[in-house]
Amino acid sequence: MYAQMVKTGVDHIQSKEEMSPEERAFQDRVDQDIKIEPKEWMPEAYRKTLIRQISQHAHSEIIGMQPEGNWITRAPTLERKAILLAKVQDEAGHGLYLYCAAETLGVSRDDLMEQLNSGKAKYSSIFNYPTLTWADIGAIGWLVDGAAIMNQVPLQRCSYGPYSRAMIRICKEESFHQRQGYDIMMKLAKGSSEQKAMAQDALNRWWWPSLMMFGPSDAESVHSAQSMRWKIKINSNDELRQKFVDQTVPQAEYLGLTVPDPDLKWNAERGHYEFGEINWDEFYQVIAGNGPCNRDRLRTRVKAYEEGRWVREAADAYAAKKAARAQAKAA
Amino acid sequence: MTDKKEWPLWEVFIRSQHGLAHRHVGSLHAPDAEMAIMNARDVYTRRNEGVSIWVVKASDIAASSPSEKGPLFDPANSKVYRHPTFYEIPEELGHM
Repeated sequence: MYAQMVKTGVDHIQSKEEMSPEERAFQDRVDQDIKIEPKEWMPEAYRKTLIRQISQHAHSEIIGMQPEGNWITRAPTLERKAILLAKVQDEAGHGLYLYCAAETLGVSRDDLMEQLNSGKAKYSSIFNYPTLTWADIGAIGWLVDGAAIMNQVPLQRCSYGPYSRAMIRICKEESFHQRQGYDIMMKLAKGSSEQKAMAQDALNRWWWPSLMMFGPSDAESVHSAQSMRWKIKINSNDELRQKFVDQTVPQAEYLGLTVPDPDLKWNAERGHYEFGEINWDEFYQVIAGNGPCNRDRLRTRVKAYEEGRWVREAADAYAAKKAARAQAKAA
Repeated sequence: MTDKKEWPLWEVFIRSQHGLAHRHVGSLHAPDAEMAIMNARDVYTRRNEGVSIWVVKASDIAASSPSEKGPLFDPANSKVYRHPTFYEIPEELGHM
């Protein structure tokens, strides 16, 4: 997901008896679906975990602009270019909503930027894969945004008010992203044999990384159990992955494309698709910084930040000048 | 690597249609009010969400304290007679 394997710092789930009166009151409110707001008391581990989760999510939105930005200058038509620009701009907006939500927990924007630019912060594994052809832009919208929606829709109900509100805004805009991606895939799938081959190639390369986005099985994870108790995680990774596969396979069939998994088959008894083994070694390699594009993504990010420095400084100088003038006038 | 001086935080309020009140939609960083309004346009009104934007420095907002929620709002609890449903009006009178 956009936030993967978020640690909570706990080693076991506390029973209500183990909790302090404050913790118990907090958990009771969460259990009753009462939203937690910024200045209210919250366990330190809840606050820290949320900062980790929300900032990782925000960083993913920011880095996520790069694979798609790669095709803005080469979009096949002016209309496609305008659409892609709007989509990439949305990703920037989503990053900003999320940074604001994280800041309500007492972390500064400068700290968050520093964590991203120094490579200390994590972002989703998916954005370390390259966009080699135009069909990849279709596959990202359809599969990557599709997977993100699976996770973000339930998070609209999460316990932390500002995060929940950011998710509501994001989900409203995300549906456009997925549909424009599928629209690109439909066009290619109905096109020439070369175009169809391009669409198939994109599906081949993006399918497995999309399934990895949900993260390894967390059925046994104490962190996931704690996050679910706090209602900052609503479904298990396996649950969401299954839902994604069930939803996406018929969409691939409609396109006349083949999902690159020989083990994929419908299980009528379970009412779900069965799918093959995921290569988790690859996932851990990408997370550890050894994916195809990790270094390039960070370098591009830092370069953009450094090259924007003079703009930020000019804006600062202008604001200071105006403030000084207003003060002189008042005196 | 990062700038030492962080831009102030602004809270953004948008009026979605004429006739409605401005509503808080989120916040952003900007060096001054003018830039805050321009950034708010890009961040919060990409799909015609607004006809008017207010920005106010977050540090200029005074807020009630969550821990005093009880004593602050208690006085309203016991005054059910402030609600129209407190009064029973004979049905034959129709709507009132």
